[in-house]
Amino acid sequence: MQDIICTFCGSVCDDGEYDLEKRKVKKFCKLGSSKFAEKERIKAPMIDGKEVSYEEAIEKAVEILVNAKKPLLYGWASTANEAIRVGVILAEKLGGVYDQCASVCHAPGTLAMIEEGLPGATLGSVKNRADVVIFWGSNPMEAHPRHGTRYSISAKGLLVKDRKQRKIIVVDVRPTKTAKIADMFVQIKPGYDYAIISALRAIISGNADVVPNEVGGVPKEKLVELAEIMKKAKYGAIFYGLGVTQSRGRDRNIENAIKLVQLLNRTTRWVIWPMRGHYNVVGAGEVPAWEVGYQYAIDFSRGYARFSPAEFSAVEVLLRKDCDAALIVASDPVAHFPKMAVKHLKQIPVIQIDPFPNMTTLIAKVVIPSAVYGIEAEGTVYRMDCVPLRVKKILETNYWTDEKILEEILKRVEKLRG
Amino acid sequence: MLWIKNGIVVDPKNKINAEKMDIFVKNGKIVAESDVKKEDCKIIDASGKLVVAGGVDMHAHIAGSKINTGRTMRPEEMRVVRNIAGKFRATLGRVLLTAPAIGYEYAKMGYTTSFEAAQPPIGALHTHEELDSIPMIDKGALPVFGNWHLVFKCIEEKNLEKLKALVAWAIERTKGFGVKVVNPGGVEAWMYGGNVKSLDDQVPGFNVTPREIITWLIRANEELGLPHSVHLHCNNLGVPGNYQTTIESIKLANGFRNPKRQVLHVTHVQFNAYAGSSWRDAASGAAEIAKVVNSMDNVTIDMGAAIFGHATAMTGDAPFQFSLHKLIGARWSNKDTEVETGAGIVPIGYLPSNPVHSLQWAIGLELGLLVDSNKVVLTTDYPNGGPFTEYPYVMAMLMSKKMREGELKKVHQYVQKTTTLPSIDTEKTLYEVIHMTRSLPAKVLGLENKGHLGVGADADIAIYNLNPLETDFSNEFEKVYKSFKTAEYTIKGGEIITKNGELVKEVFGKTFWVDARKKVDLEVIMPDIKEYFNYYSVQLGNYGVEERWLKNPSRLEVV
Amino acid sequence: MVVVELITGRTLDQGATVEEKLSDEYFNAVNYIELSEEDFKQLALKEGDRVKVVTDFGEVVVFAKKSELPKGIAFIPMGPYANAVIDPATDGTGMPQFKGIKARVERTEERVKTIKELLEAI
Repeated sequence: MQDIICTFCGSVCDDGEYDLEKRKVKKFCKLGSSKFAEKERIKAPMIDGKEVSYEEAIEKAVEILVNAKKPLLYGWASTANEAIRVGVILAEKLGGVYDQCASVCHAPGTLAMIEEGLPGATLGSVKNRADVVIFWGSNPMEAHPRHGTRYSISAKGLLVKDRKQRKIIVVDVRPTKTAKIADMFVQIKPGYDYAIISALRAIISGNADVVPNEVGGVPKEKLVELAEIMKKAKYGAIFYGLGVTQSRGRDRNIENAIKLVQLLNRTTRWVIWPMRGHYNVVGAGEVPAWEVGYQYAIDFSRGYARFSPAEFSAVEVLLRKDCDAALIVASDPVAHFPKMAVKHLKQIPVIQIDPFPNMTTLIAKVVIPSAVYGIEAEGTVYRMDCVPLRVKKILETNYWTDEKILEEILKRVEKLRG
Repeated sequence: MLWIKNGIVVDPKNKINAEKMDIFVKNGKIVAESDVKKEDCKIIDASGKLVVAGGVDMHAHIAGSKINTGRTMRPEEMRVVRNIAGKFRATLGRVLLTAPAIGYEYAKMGYTTSFEAAQPPIGALHTHEELDSIPMIDKGALPVFGNWHLVFKCIEEKNLEKLKALVAWAIERTKGFGVKVVNPGGVEAWMYGGNVKSLDDQVPGFNVTPREIITWLIRANEELGLPHSVHLHCNNLGVPGNYQTTIESIKLANGFRNPKRQVLHVTHVQFNAYAGSSWRDAASGAAEIAKVVNSMDNVTIDMGAAIFGHATAMTGDAPFQFSLHKLIGARWSNKDTEVETGAGIVPIGYLPSNPVHSLQWAIGLELGLLVDSNKVVLTTDYPNGGPFTEYPYVMAMLMSKKMREGELKKVHQYVQKTTTLPSIDTEKTLYEVIHMTRSLPAKVLGLENKGHLGVGADADIAIYNLNPLETDFSNEFEKVYKSFKTAEYTIKGGEIITKNGELVKEVFGKTFWVDARKKVDLEVIMPDIKEYFNYYSVQLGNYGVEERWLKNPSRLEVV
Repeated sequence: MVVVELITGRTLDQGATVEEKLSDEYFNAVNYIELSEEDFKQLALKEGDRVKVVTDFGEVVVFAKKSELPKGIAFIPMGPYANAVIDPATDGTGMPQFKGIKARVERTEERVKTIKELLEAI
C-alpha cells in the first residue's frame, strides 16, 4: 500500500509503503517503524485489573466522571481530531478541565504567539525556499529523523535544490546528533537563549556596540557571524524545540525569537516554527480552539471555557490536587509528568483510553483499549505545520476507536446530565 | 409542515414588495398552498411582521487555519461569554467567535447561509472540519487561485484547456465552491519580501502579471460555467491611491458576458477605495468606483464596511498584513503556504476619533449608498471590517439619512472634506436592503434555492418584529436596528431554530461544493500536477478532501 | 561528587520504545545519565556503574554513561527517572522546568529501581 501516513512524530511523513504480507512498513525512520511494528496491546477493557466488556468499562468510566466534581481530561496528542472533538465536548458537558500534551511541550510557543503573533510557513515553503535553516534547541536527528530529508536539510526544493544550497545551523547546549551534521554549531550555556537572541537583535538592528564580548558562553564574533548569515539569507527558517520551551525563560525565549524574526522580515524573509513532537498535538490544540476558544489549560466548571496556564494546565491542577478524577486519552502522564504531579494521579480514580499498556495503565482504575489511528482506524490529523492529513486504516481490528469510545461515554453523560 | 400566516413578505427575486401573504413549508422546502394539509401544519402567526428569506453572507472568514490562528493569538477576544453550556453548546467570542458561536449568532440574526471567503487549497480539510463544527447555517468555501504556481504555469503557457482542467481539479480536491483570487501575484512576490504594485508587474519567477492572472481565470471560470464568478480581492489593498487599481481591475470584466450573473465579483471594496498618495492625504475613491460599477452590467461588489470597535485583519494578502504590522506596531502572524498562497493575521480596531478609521467607515457606507442595489452586497469582510452581528447597523444606516447625520457628528471631522457621505441624501428602501442581504448574494454565488421565498426555495426564513408598512425607516432607525439584530423567528430547512434570540433547536446545515470535472479532460493537466508535486511536502495521493469526510456535503454538478 | 546542569529530553531509542513502556527495551532507553568525559573521570566511573542524582526536587539512581558533552552538562532521557528529579514548578506557564536543573551526581552501589518500583515509591 502506498502513501501511508506515519502517526508518530510531528513530521507526519506521508510517503510510507506498507507490505501487507510481511506486516511491515517501508521508508519510515526508526520511530515510524516502531509505530507500525507489532507490540504488546492492552488485551481487553479492565476495571481494577479485571477484564470486562467495553460497555461495562464505559459505564464505570461514566460513573466516575459524572460523580467527580472536577475531572481532568488530558492527553489527546496521539489521537485523531474526530476523537479530540468529542473529548472537548465531553469536558464542556462535565464541567471539567481539558488539557493536552502541549502543556508540557510546546505550549510556551502558544503563549509567545499570544504576545507577538507567529510569522511562519508550511514545511513545503521551507523545502522550496529556505537557504538558511537554524535548529534552535531542537534535535531532529533524534526526535524528527526524516524532517531533514523531507523538508529542511537535504530536501530537493524549487529554488533551493539540495543540501549544498542550504546552510544548516544548530544552536544548543550540547553537541547533538543534529549539531554533527550542521554547517555551524553554536554551543550556548543552558538558560541563555534569551540573552543570545537579544544580542542578535541588537547586532542586526545596528546596535552591536551594546553587546558584551561574550553572551551565554558564545563569543561576540560568533554572534556577529551568525547575524551576518541571517541578514544575508534570502529566506531563513528557525525551527525551535524543547530546548527553548522547557528551559529558563520558556515562552519569553520564543517571544524574543519571534521579535528577531519580525526584525529580519523588514529586510529579507524569515519564518519561525515549533518542531511539534506528536503527530496530532497540533490537532489537540486546534480542535478546542475552534470548539471552545483556546488551545489548552481550559476549565469548564462555570459552564464555559476559561483559559489559564497557571491554573488549569494538567501539571498545575495535579500539583494543587485540584481534580478528583482523570480521563487520560492517548498519553502517559505517569511517565512524563514530574513526580509530584504523578503523586496526585495515584490518589484519584483514573480512566485510561490507549492502545498500549504504559505507566499510566499501572495506576488506572478503568482501562479501555483502543484502535491505533493510522493503522487500524482512519482519521484527520494536523502535521506540525498545521497541514491536515487523513491517516489510513490498513488493518482490521476488533478494538473500538477513541472516537467511538468517547462518543459512547458522551452519550451516557448527556443522558445523566441533561 | 409549516404555515407562516399573514406575514408581510419582501422577496426581491420574486418581485414581492411588502405584500401580505402566507408562506408554506414542507420537507424543508417552500411549497405552494396546494401542497400542504393545513390541519397538519404548525402555524406561525406573522401578522404585522416582516417575512424574508434567511440572510446570505457571501464573504466572511469563518473557518480554517487563519481563523483559528486568530482565535489562538487573541484569547482576549474569547473572554466574552455568549452562551453557557446546557441544552446547547457554550459559546464565546467578542468579534472573533468559536465555531458554535458563529452558527448561533448568525441564526439569532436571521442569517442562514455563509461562505468562507478564502480557503488555502492544501488546508482545505481544516476549513471543512471547522465548517462542519459550525451549526445552523449552510456553508461553502472558496479556494484561492491567485498565487498558485500551477495557475501561473498554465497562464505562462497560454493554455486555457489546462487552466480549466486545473480549476475543475482543484475545486473538486478542495470540495470548494468557486474561484477566489487574492492579491494576484502579490503573495508570491512576498515570498521574496516584496509585493506587486500594478496589474502589469511581473510576478517574480514567473512570466505572468496580475492582469493576466485575473483575465485568464475569468475566461476559465466562464467557459466552465461555474455557478459563481471569479471573486477578486484586488491588488494594492490598503494603499492610499489604490482606487485606481480597483477600477482597472473592474474593467477587466469588459468583453465577458454571462446571462445568469456577473462575470466578476470584487470584494470588500472599501479597503480598495482610497484616493490620495499617503495616509496624510488619504481620501475616498468610492464615488469614482461606484460610477464605474454602475456603468457596467456584469460586475458586482461587496462593501467590506468598517464598524467602530474591535476587529481582526485576516486575509490571504500576506504582504499587506506585514505592512499593517509595521504601520500600527501590532502583533503579526504569517503563514507562507507551499506553492499555493499565504496568509497574515493582525489584530486591529476602528476608533471614531481616528481620522483614517472614520474615513474607512465612511467609504464603506458610500459604496453601499452610491452603487446600484443590484450590484452591491452588504458585508463587513468579517472579521476584517467588523462583526457580522452588526450588519443590522449597516442596514439601518443605508435606509436613514438622519441616522447617518447623527453618526457623522460622533466621528472624526476628516470625513467631511474627504468623502461624499455627508452630502448623500439617498435612503435605500427596505426592498433594496433585503436584496443586498438575501437575493443578490444568492444570485452572485449562483445558489438558486437561497435568498428568496419562491416555491422550490430552501425553507430558510427569517421573521422580524417590524411592520414594513407602518415603519418610518428614515426616522425609526433605532427600532429598525434592534429588530434586525434579533429575528423573531429563524427557520432553517423548515425547522424553527431560534425564537426572539433564544436557541430553540440545533441543526447542522449542508456544505455546498462544485463538481465541474465533466466539463474537462483531467488528463490534460495531471502530468503537470504530478510533476509539480515534487515541490509540495505531501504526496499527491494524500492531497485533497474526499466527500465522505464531510458531515453533510451537497454536490452541485456543472454540466 | 560533581555538580552538573541537568538536561532531560528525547532520544531515538526512547522514542522507538515509547509505546512499550513496560518492556526491557524502554527501561534501558531511559534509566541512565550521560556525563561528560571529564565528569565521568572525576567520579572514577566505569561503563555500567551507577550514580545517584540529587536535586532540590528529588533523587534517583541511574546508570552512568560517558558522552560527548561539555563539562558540567548532563543528560537524562525524558521519562520517569528524569521526572524524579526535575523542577515541577511552572512559573505560571503550566510547563515544569525539564531542562537546566542543578544536580549533584555521586557514585553509588544502590540498585537502579525498575519502572514499577519507581512508581510505587511515589
